[in-house]
Amino acid sequence: MRVNRKSLLAAGAVAVVATLGLAGCAGADGSSDTESSASTLTVWVDAERVDALKGAAKAYSDETGVEVKLVGKDNADIKDDFIQQVPTGKGPDITMGAHDWLGELSTNGVVAPIELGDSAADYLKVAVDASTYEGTTYMLPYAVENIAVLRNADLIPEAATSFDDMLAKGTAAGLTQPFVVEQGAEGNPYHLYPFQTAFGAPVFGSDENGYNADDLQIGNAGGDAFATWLGTQGKNGTKAFNTDIDGDIAKDSFLTGKSAFWLTGPWNVGAAVDAGINVAIDPAPSPTGEATQPFAGVKGFFVSAESKNKVAANDFLVNYLGSEETQLELFEAGNILPANSAAAETASSDPIIEGFAAVGADAVPMPAIPAMGKVWQYWGIAEADIINGADPVATWQKLAADVQAAIDAG
Amino acid sequence: MSIATEDVREDEPPTPTKQTKQQRRAAGIAEQASGGIKMLLVKLLALGLVDALALYAVFVLALHEQWAVLVIVAAVTALVNWIYFSRRKLPAKYLTPGVIFLVVFQVFVLLYTGYIAFTNYGTGHNGSKEQAVSSLMASSLERVEDSPAYGVTVVERAGELGLLVTDPEGDALVGTNEEPLTEASGAEFDGDVAVSADGWNTLQFADVLERTDEVTALAVPASDDPNDGAIRTPDGSTGYLYVSTLEYDEAAGTMTDLTTGTVYSDTGVGAFTADGGEQLLPGWQITVGFDNFVRAVTDTRLAGPLLYVTAWTFAFALISVASTFFLGLFLAIVFNDMRMRGRKIYRVLMILPYAIPSFLSALVWAGMMNESFGFINQVLLGGASIPWLTDPLLAKVSILIVNLWLGFPYMFLVCMGALQSIPDDIQEAAKVDGAKPWAIFRLIKLPLLLVTVAPLLIASFAFNFNNFNTIYMLTDGGPRDSNAPIPVGFTDILITMVYKVAFTGQTRDYGLASAYSIIIFIVVAVISIIAFRRTKSLEELN
Repeated sequence: MRVNRKSLLAAGAVAVVATLGLAGCAGADGSSDTESSASTLTVWVDAERVDALKGAAKAYSDETGVEVKLVGKDNADIKDDFIQQVPTGKGPDITMGAHDWLGELSTNGVVAPIELGDSAADYLKVAVDASTYEGTTYMLPYAVENIAVLRNADLIPEAATSFDDMLAKGTAAGLTQPFVVEQGAEGNPYHLYPFQTAFGAPVFGSDENGYNADDLQIGNAGGDAFATWLGTQGKNGTKAFNTDIDGDIAKDSFLTGKSAFWLTGPWNVGAAVDAGINVAIDPAPSPTGEATQPFAGVKGFFVSAESKNKVAANDFLVNYLGSEETQLELFEAGNILPANSAAAETASSDPIIEGFAAVGADAVPMPAIPAMGKVWQYWGIAEADIINGADPVATWQKLAADVQAAIDAG
Repeated sequence: MSIATEDVREDEPPTPTKQTKQQRRAAGIAEQASGGIKMLLVKLLALGLVDALALYAVFVLALHEQWAVLVIVAAVTALVNWIYFSRRKLPAKYLTPGVIFLVVFQVFVLLYTGYIAFTNYGTGHNGSKEQAVSSLMASSLERVEDSPAYGVTVVERAGELGLLVTDPEGDALVGTNEEPLTEASGAEFDGDVAVSADGWNTLQFADVLERTDEVTALAVPASDDPNDGAIRTPDGSTGYLYVSTLEYDEAAGTMTDLTTGTVYSDTGVGAFTADGGEQLLPGWQITVGFDNFVRAVTDTRLAGPLLYVTAWTFAFALISVASTFFLGLFLAIVFNDMRMRGRKIYRVLMILPYAIPSFLSALVWAGMMNESFGFINQVLLGGASIPWLTDPLLAKVSILIVNLWLGFPYMFLVCMGALQSIPDDIQEAAKVDGAKPWAIFRLIKLPLLLVTVAPLLIASFAFNFNNFNTIYMLTDGGPRDSNAPIPVGFTDILITMVYKVAFTGQTRDYGLASAYSIIIFIVVAVISIIAFRRTKSLEELN
C-alpha cells in the first residue's frame, strides 16, 4: 500500500510536470514573443546590450504610448531564431543584428525594407552602404565596428610606420613576438584583410549597387603579391603570423606584455585597459605603403517582414533610434562608435573611440552578398596553408578558382 | 525498495512507542485498503492541479487560435483523468506520464525531423508562398529617384483610409488607394504639414497604430498613370513616392519584372522561376519527396566526403568503445584485487574525468595539444613541435586519446560492478581444477562479464557514433580538407558533418541535414538491433 501511494504521488507529480511542459510549449506558441496588440513592439536585443537600450525604450514609450518590450537573446542565436520564427508569425517586430546577415535575411524574405529618407545623410557613409542590399535599405544602423592595432604605449611610444618597422620596433624593445593577431587552424581572413587590401586585392569589385558577385577580384595580381608576402611572414619567415595563436593566446600575450602590438577589435579594449596597459590605437601598419582597409561591421536593427506593427516599428527606428541624441545615449551606455555622424563626432572625444573611428575612415563594409559565404569557406584555410609554408601563389590561385567554381555552381 | 528497508527496521526489538507507531500504521493501512480518504485527497489535488493547468493552457491556446494544439491538450487531459479515476487501469497509471514525455520529447522530434527531410526547407525556402510573394513585393518597391520626402497625415472618410500629403510647394493633396491625389479643400496646417482637411477625419498616432495593416497597405497613386508611382508611408508621418519593379498576377500565379519584362512562374520547385532557370528568392517551402535522400548519396560534391567521413565515424566509434572498455576493464580488475592498498582513493581518482563536464575537458585538451603553445609540446616534450591537432592522421589519434580519457571511467565503473557480481566460488572451483589466471579471465570472467556489459557496449557505440561534443570541441572536424567542396575536415564524423551542412555558412539546408539524420538513425538502429540479437546468444551461456 505504501508503495502504491508513493508511486501514485510520483505519477501525479510527473503528470503535473508533463502538463506544465505542454502548457509551457503552448504558452510559448503565442504569448512569449509577439503580441499582436497594436501598442507593443517586441525587440530582440543582444543580451549584452539590453541595459544600453532600456533608457531609449522607456523614453519612446513615454512619448508615444507604444510599449517597447526588450527581449535579451544570445547574440549567436538571434539570426537563426529570427529566420526560423518570422515565417511562423511568432518572431519579434524588430531585431538587433549585423549587416553581414543581410544577404541571408533578405534571401529568406524575413526582413522588411526601411526608408531612411532624407535622414540617410545623417549617417556615416560606410554605415548606410552596409545597410543597403541590392539597392534597398533594410537596416537602421546604430554602431560601426572595425579592427585596429592596439599598441602598448609604455613599451613602444611611437606608432609604427610600416609592417617591417613594427616588427623592428618590437624586436628593438626586446620582444620575441612583438605582434599578435588571432588566427587558428583554419586561419582568420577577417583579421588579415587590412594587409590584403594594402596589396590592392579586394574580394569583390563594387558598383553603385554595392559589391558585385560577378566581379571576383581576390585572385588578381595584388592577391598573388599578398600571398607571397604572407608566406614570408609565416612559419618559414618572420613568424609574425602563426596559426597556433588563437584569440585567447593573442590576448594573453598582449596583456602580459609579451607583445606590444595586437590587431583586434574594440571589444577587446576593455580587457587591455583593465589590465593596466596604456593603450594607443593605430591603423594596421601597411606592408606596401598603400592604406590598409579593414572590414567595417555595422550593427543595426531590422524590421520583421511579418510584423503586425510596421508603422510603429519604422517610427521607433527611423525617427527615434536613429536620432543624434538617442545614438549618443546608446554610445554612452555601450561604448561603441555611433553610426550617426554627428553622434560619432561627439563620441570621438574619447581617444580610444577616436582612434578606431580614424582607422574606420578607411574601412570598407564586409560584403553581405550570399557569394561571400563561398569565399569564407575557402579563404581562411588557404591563408592558414600559406602561413604554414604552402606555395603561396599556387595556393592563392587555387583559392580563387575554388571560390569562382563554388559561386558558378550556385 | 522502501518496503525492504522498513521491514529491516521493524525487526528491531519492539519498544512501547514503536508498538503504538506500528499500531497506527496498521490502522493506516487498513484505512487505505478501504479506499483511504487522505489518499483520495492527494489524488484529487494532483489531478485538480493538472486540470487547472490544462484549462489555463486551453484558454491561452484559444486566444491564439491554436486549435490543433488545443484539441490535443484537451484530449490528453481527458485521457489522464479517465486513467487515474478508473479503478482498473493500474498499468496505464504507471505508463502514462512516461509515454506523454516520450511523445513530446522523442516521437514528435523524430517525426518532425522526418517531415523536414522530405521538404526543401533551408535558405531561400523558409516560409509560405504568400509570405514569399509579399516579401518580394515589399522589396521590389523602389523610391523614385530624386523624389522628395512628403509630410503626410493619415486621414479617414467613412471607414476608408486616405493620405493627406503636403508637397514641397506647401500644397495639400489627398487621395486613397483608389483615388489618385487631388487638391484637398480646407486644409489646415501645423507648421509645414497639412493636418486636416474638409470631409476627412484626422487619425491620431494611436489610431494609426490600431490600423497598422491598412496603413502599410495604403498606396496612393500620384496620378492616373500608374507609372508615376504611388505614395506610401512607412511610419505614418513621412511619405515617399515608390514605383514597383515587380508585378504579381494572382490569377496566372506569375511574377513579372517590369524593368526587363522577364516572366517568372511557379514551376513547382518552390520559387518563381524564369524560363532560363533563373529564380527569384525568397521562395517557399514545398515537399520534395526523396530528393534530399537521393542528393545525399548521389551528389558528387557530397558523396566523396560522405564516404571517408562514414568510414572514420565507424572507426572512431568502434575504437573508442574497444579502447575505453579494455582500459576500464583492466583497471577494474586491478583495483578489484584485495591486496592493493589505498584502492578507494585510486577509485575516486579514476572516476574524476567522468565527473568533469566533457565540454570543459575537451576544450582544456585542445589547449594542451596546441602545437606551439600547448602544455604537452612545451612542458612535457620540452619544446617539441608535434602537430597534435593539425595533422590529418595525428588529429585522429589525438581524438581517440582524448575520448579514451573521457570514456574509460564509465567502463571502469560498469566493469567494477559486473566483476563484483561474479560469484567467487566459480573462480575458486576453476583454481581448484588448476586453471591459470589468464584462462580464468578468458574463459570464465569475460563471458560472464559480457552478459551484463554487452548491451552497455552497444549503447556506448551508439553514443560515440553521434559523439558531437568531443569532435566539435577538440578539433571542430579539422584539419580541413581543402579539396572537399563542403567545409568538411579529416576528423569530422557524420553528425558534425550534418551540423556543418545545416548550421554553418550562409546557405543552410535543413532538408538535406534532416535526411542525413534519418540515414544516421537507420544505421545506428540497424547496428543496435543486430548487436542486441547477438547478445541474446551470450545470455544463453548462463
